[in-house]
Amino acid sequence: MIWSSFSDFWSMGGYGLYVWGSFGVTAALLAAEAFWIRRGRQNALNHVVAELQAADANGKDWR
Amino acid sequence: MIRKLFYFSSPQNFYPLAGKLWPVFACLATALTVWGLWLGMFVAPTDVQQGEGYRIIYVHVPVSWMSMVIYLAMAFWALLGLTFNTRLSGMLTNALAPTGAIFAFLSLWTGALWGKPMWGTWWVWDARLTSELILFFLYLGFIALTSAIDDARRADKAGAILALVGALNVPVIYFSVKWWNTLHQGASVSLTKGSSMQQTMLEAMLIMAVAFWMYAIAMTLYRVRSIILIRERHSQWVADLPEVKALSLEART
Repeated sequence: MIWSSFSDFWSMGGYGLYVWGSFGVTAALLAAEAFWIRRGRQNALNHVVAELQAADANGKDWR
Repeated sequence: MIRKLFYFSSPQNFYPLAGKLWPVFACLATALTVWGLWLGMFVAPTDVQQGEGYRIIYVHVPVSWMSMVIYLAMAFWALLGLTFNTRLSGMLTNALAPTGAIFAFLSLWTGALWGKPMWGTWWVWDARLTSELILFFLYLGFIALTSAIDDARRADKAGAILALVGALNVPVIYFSVKWWNTLHQGASVSLTKGSSMQQTMLEAMLIMAVAFWMYAIAMTLYRVRSIILIRERHSQWVADLPEVKALSLEART
């Protein structure tokens, strides 16, 4: 182990702001993307089902 | 093999394959990230010149590489789509773009946070930084262009041309540190000369690069499934999907 304490690790030899600013924003954006794509799938499924039901209601077999 | 490729180039067959594959890539990405970060943050020594500040390398280099790799992958699918007129190509090109844009942004962001303590400035208009900024704009341009055109096939064609023309920028980014006198340092890892980095640092960085690669594949596979659903919504196989049937039943009651 190269760190003597947690605060030593946290301060990153004085570069804490830059190192954690890089890692933090990267983690946040990747987590956000994972959330977006889940919502995207939900939206896509809802869209498909809404159109199917609209077609059923019209009684048209356009498929 | 060739027959398999043809089989999976149909959206109907690719949809279930992508559904099976994305969790595998997501697991690989998670495991490699844990390994790479542990190696990079707890095992790798302090840099002689840059102290602990150099540790930004474990995100900066992998996201920068991936921002270029994803654009090349887009150009590859674009070319395939234009020549063979395969439907899946356009969908994959579209699915890659948002992840690429995020990586290009992260490359600029982590680069700025690295530049400030080491060079004393967040940003300079040097060839490497400027060409990476252009790459970010190319991603945004691609997304804007394809979403502005309603007809999916025409959107794919226009997007494919932009992806192909923009791909010329990728070698410019890569070789910019050689061709011009840049503030950005030259490559620490090169295919011809090997690496100038300490072994553990290099290993951690390469593991992180593979981790981000797996992450990008997982995201693209997941996103392309949504795109397939929307584009193929008028076909019977989509209506017959268990997830669509379950949601239809739920909506009816």
